[in-house]
Amino acid sequence: MITEQPPPIRKILVDAPPTVAPGIAPPAGGHAATSGAAHHRRGEAGPERMTLQGLSVFYGENEAVKQVSLSIRLGEVLALIGPSGCGKTTLLRTLNRLTELTAGAQRGGTILLDGTDVDALEVTALRRRVAMVFQQPNPFPMSIFDNVAYALREQSRKRPGRSVLAPLVEDALRRAGLWDEVKDKLDAPALRLSGGQQQRLCIARAIATRPEVLLMDEPCSALDPRSTAVIEQLIGELRSDLAIVIVTHNMQQARRVGDKVAFMYLGDLVEYGPAEQIFDAPQAQRTRDYVRGVFG
Amino acid sequence: MLHRLRQPWSDRRAELTLGALACAVLLVIVLMVVFVANEAWPTFQHNGLRWLFPGGNVDTQINTMVNAGAKPPAADYHLRAWPLVWGTILTTGLAVVFGLIFALLASIFIVEFAPDRLRAIIVPVVRLLAAVPSVIYGLLGILVLVPFVGNHIISAHDKKSVEFIVQLSGASLLVAVVILTVMIVPIMIAICVDALYAVPRGWKEGAVALGVNRWRAMWTVSIRAARPAIIAAAVLACARALGEAIMLSMVSGSVGFAPNPFDGPRLFLLEPLRPLASTIVEDSESLQAPAVRSTVYAFALLLLFSSLLLSLAGYLAKQPMKKYGVRS
Amino acid sequence: MAVTASPRPAPGKQRPKRESMADWRWGDRIAYVLCWGAGLALCAIAALIMGYMAVRGLQYLKPSLLWSHPSGEVDQSDSGGFLDPIIGTILLTIIGIAIATPIAVAAAIWVVEYGRPSGLARMVESGIEVVAGTPDIVLAIFGLALFQHGLLGWMSFTAEGGAVFGRSFLTAGAMMSLIALPMVFGATREGLQSIPAHVREASYGLGKTKIATIRRVLLPAVRPNVSTGAALGMGRIAGDTAIVVILLGATLRLEKEGGVPGLDVLKGTGSTLTSYVYNNSPAGEGNAPEKAYAAAFVLLLLVVALNFTVDLIARRGAKTGLEGTRLGAGR
Repeated sequence: MITEQPPPIRKILVDAPPTVAPGIAPPAGGHAATSGAAHHRRGEAGPERMTLQGLSVFYGENEAVKQVSLSIRLGEVLALIGPSGCGKTTLLRTLNRLTELTAGAQRGGTILLDGTDVDALEVTALRRRVAMVFQQPNPFPMSIFDNVAYALREQSRKRPGRSVLAPLVEDALRRAGLWDEVKDKLDAPALRLSGGQQQRLCIARAIATRPEVLLMDEPCSALDPRSTAVIEQLIGELRSDLAIVIVTHNMQQARRVGDKVAFMYLGDLVEYGPAEQIFDAPQAQRTRDYVRGVFG
Repeated sequence: MLHRLRQPWSDRRAELTLGALACAVLLVIVLMVVFVANEAWPTFQHNGLRWLFPGGNVDTQINTMVNAGAKPPAADYHLRAWPLVWGTILTTGLAVVFGLIFALLASIFIVEFAPDRLRAIIVPVVRLLAAVPSVIYGLLGILVLVPFVGNHIISAHDKKSVEFIVQLSGASLLVAVVILTVMIVPIMIAICVDALYAVPRGWKEGAVALGVNRWRAMWTVSIRAARPAIIAAAVLACARALGEAIMLSMVSGSVGFAPNPFDGPRLFLLEPLRPLASTIVEDSESLQAPAVRSTVYAFALLLLFSSLLLSLAGYLAKQPMKKYGVRS
Repeated sequence: MAVTASPRPAPGKQRPKRESMADWRWGDRIAYVLCWGAGLALCAIAALIMGYMAVRGLQYLKPSLLWSHPSGEVDQSDSGGFLDPIIGTILLTIIGIAIATPIAVAAAIWVVEYGRPSGLARMVESGIEVVAGTPDIVLAIFGLALFQHGLLGWMSFTAEGGAVFGRSFLTAGAMMSLIALPMVFGATREGLQSIPAHVREASYGLGKTKIATIRRVLLPAVRPNVSTGAALGMGRIAGDTAIVVILLGATLRLEKEGGVPGLDVLKGTGSTLTSYVYNNSPAGEGNAPEKAYAAAFVLLLLVVALNFTVDLIARRGAKTGLEGTRLGAGR
């Protein structure tokens, strides 16, 4: 006879105090040995690009992100997972100080970009180094060429001519895997492209100025499976010269693209580690429940 | 009978009744064109389209018509209304150009740069300004601005230099354009601000997230996306300025004179004029004289025609952005 | 939810570095300065206009002016008050909005809810836009031609020879309704379009007919929109001068016409505050600036009150979950 029945699951989830896995601090070296199942694991992670120390974000009295410490490395994809409203998008938007556009948002803790506090950087300069791709594809109402050239044009003090821009635009479109599809219609309106193409255009636009870090906020949630696969492959390829942070609520996607995975719940960073560890051998009870689909 | 009316209406009957009421509006437009064109016909009969051209003193020509009586000889229909047309073009064109620049800058300020507390005041104030009757602007113009210009800006030398052509009193193109601009700016700001707020958040955030500064993001993305609405604002303001009669008749000097740009920019701005709409108001007293009546209705027809063209222009302006998927 | 004690941004910590203009292009810097200039100039102009009108208005407005009839004396101290223009403004506004509202609401319902044939519906929409863009002076002069037609002689005064005068409260009100109509139509249409389809489907699902749905569900829901549009339209009517000068005759006092009580006023001529201001300005016949300022101040108060009503309706509508549709409202 079993006397100690585990309480109903939902009750655990809502009421239990957060249990944080041991060893939450980022491991010093590269990540653990790659498993054979992952299709694009390669190489060691490069130097640390961004460091988050005790980062918290408040919306008024509500604390959306609580004391999160993480590191973001070159050549590595960090996937943020967690149920809706767990603060992962807020965390992402804090990294290039987009939360400052929201009235009433306050931030505590420190974010370092290459060792410099981001607060000490001029905000547009920061955003040039830390680019972002949004959940909804948001190409501007201009031609495809103008979209990719947009940041190149607007970031420099003098307007470069088309001859200067053309190779850069081509390079960005190639890296985003869009060149072959659009090379004949560069002057067509960007909003005529399909959703998946639009999102890749947005990626091309973001990487055209060669930022150091690329933030992606659920980039595939508005797309069909085929476009999603294309973008996931693209993420794997871009990883070699960028640090990528991707927010997703799709665990399979995090597993497919992530080198490191951070699981957040109600603003807490519950567990952080190599993707294999999070999915195959999670250390915190809540991570285990989430990756097994007990809640979410 | 009453009993039948109380019965619930059938859908068919309701649709027909509502549809008929809606189409009554179209009937009004048709009637308007027919009636005005019909009344204006004699002028065209006697002058052709040449009545739009310059030639002679338009005030004298209209006076002849007033004195011509009930059965005017054909010669009394003679009219060359260019000064009035030119006055309309000048006041409307200048006011809309200045107004649009000012309204755009002010809208960007309100949407992007104004501190929250100032924004909370400025938005209702703009709406209030848009609702101020034009006659109040006219009153301020004629009692404050016109004497000021007449006493402090126009010198005796200015008056003397054109004394054989026209008298300078202060009521002038300058005052007319200033007041007209102030009058149409709030409408344009209201529309532009709405349009800028309606720009999808993703576009603005997308631009800002690329490290583009706030002004460039506004200018290259938001203004671009809001362009149809901005053109609509300009068209609406143009219609307002074109049809403004009372205020302009108060501050423009009410002289059938065509300000001459070759007099130099200073004198040009200080010369009086009278646009078409004001002429209609001022000559509406003498409508029983057939020649005046026909002339006044010809002016009205010209205004009606211009406003129809403006409506069409506003409609066409919305089209180019549709290919980008922008809905206005 | 327990808020754990995360450190808030300490007050001593330096604020995040804002955008600096150091690397802006020169053109952008100038434009930025011009933006501030335009915004502040707007505030200054508004303050000047309102302030000046308030000072002059309070200086010249005496309570007796509000309830004495105007008279034709040349001396400003003897020319009476502006009771008749006030009554004229109110009367004309009521007539205009009473004609405009039912037609505009009917047209909006037809366009949004029925809209067949769609070509005709689109024509009605553009037609109303055309009416909105037609100068009031053209409407006035068209009204004169229309109402001087013998068939419509009952609306105004007919002279002995059979010539129809064409000027009366009825004829002016009819043309004023064309000014208010686009505003009521626009507001109602926007309101109807913002009602989600499932509300209608729920009503059809209960077996109601379309017209019953419109009467019992949609019309109550768009009532705030109709009121907003009507208040805006009333503001336009009260502020219009050209139609009054041409179609109301702009006589100093209310001149009754015909023997039927009530109808005699409607068939007669009169003036409104706007035409009173015009006539008493140096441009008009009266030339009594003090009276003009006082009347303009009353007119301005009326417009402010109508504007305030619009805000109030919009805010109350927002509370019931229905959007108040007003240019830039609430932001």
